Amino acid sequence: MSVDTLPVPATAPPRPTPEPTPRWRNRESLTAWLFLLPSLIGFLVFTAGPVVAAGVISLLDWNLFSPPTWAGLSNFARLGPDPTFWSALGNTAYFTFLSVPLTILVSLLLALLLNQGLRRVAVFRSLLLLPYATITVAVAFVWIWLYIPHDGLVNAVLGAIGINGPAWLISDTWAMPALVAMSVWKSFGFGMVVFLAGLQAIPQQLYEAARVDGSSAWQSFRNVTVPMLSPALFFVVVTSVIGSFQVFDQALIMTNGGPGTRTTTLVMYIYRTGFENYDQGYAAAQSLVLFAFIVLITATQFVFQKRLVHYDN
Amino acid sequence: MTTDALPLVAGKVAARKLVVFACFLVTAITLIPVVMMVLVAFQSDGESMAAKPSFWPGSWHPENLTRAFDLVPLGKYLLNTVYFAAGTTVLETVTAALAAYAFARLRFPGRNWLFGVYLATLMIPSQVTLIPQFVLVAKLHGIDTWPGMILPHAFTAIGVFLLRQFFLGIPRDYEEAARLDGANRWQAFLRIIVPLAVPAIATLAVFKFIGQWNNLLWPLIISNSDATRTASVGLQVFQDTNGTQWNLLLMAATVTTVPLIVVFFLTQRWFVRGITMSGLGGR
Repeated sequence: MSVDTLPVPATAPPRPTPEPTPRWRNRESLTAWLFLLPSLIGFLVFTAGPVVAAGVISLLDWNLFSPPTWAGLSNFARLGPDPTFWSALGNTAYFTFLSVPLTILVSLLLALLLNQGLRRVAVFRSLLLLPYATITVAVAFVWIWLYIPHDGLVNAVLGAIGINGPAWLISDTWAMPALVAMSVWKSFGFGMVVFLAGLQAIPQQLYEAARVDGSSAWQSFRNVTVPMLSPALFFVVVTSVIGSFQVFDQALIMTNGGPGTRTTTLVMYIYRTGFENYDQGYAAAQSLVLFAFIVLITATQFVFQKRLVHYDN
Repeated sequence: MTTDALPLVAGKVAARKLVVFACFLVTAITLIPVVMMVLVAFQSDGESMAAKPSFWPGSWHPENLTRAFDLVPLGKYLLNTVYFAAGTTVLETVTAALAAYAFARLRFPGRNWLFGVYLATLMIPSQVTLIPQFVLVAKLHGIDTWPGMILPHAFTAIGVFLLRQFFLGIPRDYEEAARLDGANRWQAFLRIIVPLAVPAIATLAVFKFIGQWNNLLWPLIISNSDATRTASVGLQVFQDTNGTQWNLLLMAATVTTVPLIVVFFLTQRWFVRGITMSGLGGR
């Protein structure tokens, strides 16, 4: 870190003794540790420590009430034949697979719309961002109400155009898409704001140059907007995937994981295992597997990103 | 900014009208759930629980507000939520700013290594630390107490990381000038760095506050009485006991959401800025 080197004069004569510098440094380190201390203690006890502890607990058989016993890797071995775990993993993947592309699409379309030289863009942006700043549990209630089977608002609208809507939240097929729709609504604002900022940062000359070259609107979009926006797109994809792998609140409130285990997500299963069945070792093992999946998927995305960046430039 | 970016339709005036119309349309659709939450909250019992839901209230029942407060102590829950969100926010912001200053400006042995440890925890989802944190809080008899609620969520690495990045961007000269005038590190931090970093600190604070106001999982496992129960958990309890009483349920939802929406509108400058920074600055 060259920024942080002290301004030692280049013309300094050979030092008579090495004393002064260390003493100055010692004082600076002491000051540094004083500044660090409040954060560091809390960080070690409540963040870094628990990360290490999660690894240890995953190797224990522990219900919190009786002393833990050593379980080795058996908690991880239990995952294999556990149908609920696989179901939760599949549901989470399905949720991610549906919600991430939809969220990105809605965010991008709305950002493009807001970027059309509108006056009062900030007003629309605030109102469209509103769902992002609501309480998930509270708006989950409204969505249950919207999804009321026969004459709920969603099915009333579908009925008006001749579609006989399903009993969303209690339907094996439609419960998950219903959660996805709510989640897209709740979270598209984040991507929209990121994309809007990205669009506004694209130099107008690029579009003018493209037009001079005879590009159509679609070609400008494909050859200017998409590459220039790709870092923002990548960021939103990565954070959305990580976020959707941790989906919990709306599934707990709206479907409680049902019907059956159709909408039981990984985090919900971790919650059930740890705090309803008090099987802390197994829950810790599941949380580490969740972590491994997130790392794996994120790493894969970074590999793809390198290719895409190369391709675009 | 011009409409030239995407010339959708030949006539510019027509195109602009179309864009404005589309903006109004999508905004209206987006706001439907929030509007319905408020409308149903004011419906009568019979109307809100009828087999065929009604959209516009046939009659308005503002007394639903007091009835919701009578069923569960919503005021207490809201106050608890403010404690929880403000407690974690203040603690995280203050400690993160101090630590970020040390990482950005001071030299000490092991600095880069320690910062690396902070960074390494950024990727780890909160569910990994959930069980050890719960065990720790339980062993320290912190279940259903404010320290047990607040402390485990007040020391994440993201605050230190964001503020350090911002501090690194502040020219050293400002601080050097103050130091030459005899200010010590602490004074330089308070008088030079903190005032200059208000945008970054405010952004971190707003995100933390809204994030914790929304937090369901942690209060759900730590709080088990009205003493520390937050609005999110309170609503969940409300749903369990009054599940089909739609008007009161959505009144409770409205009451707990409105303060957050007010906070959002008051602070959205920082909020939007924070999203933009995180998206374009890279993290």
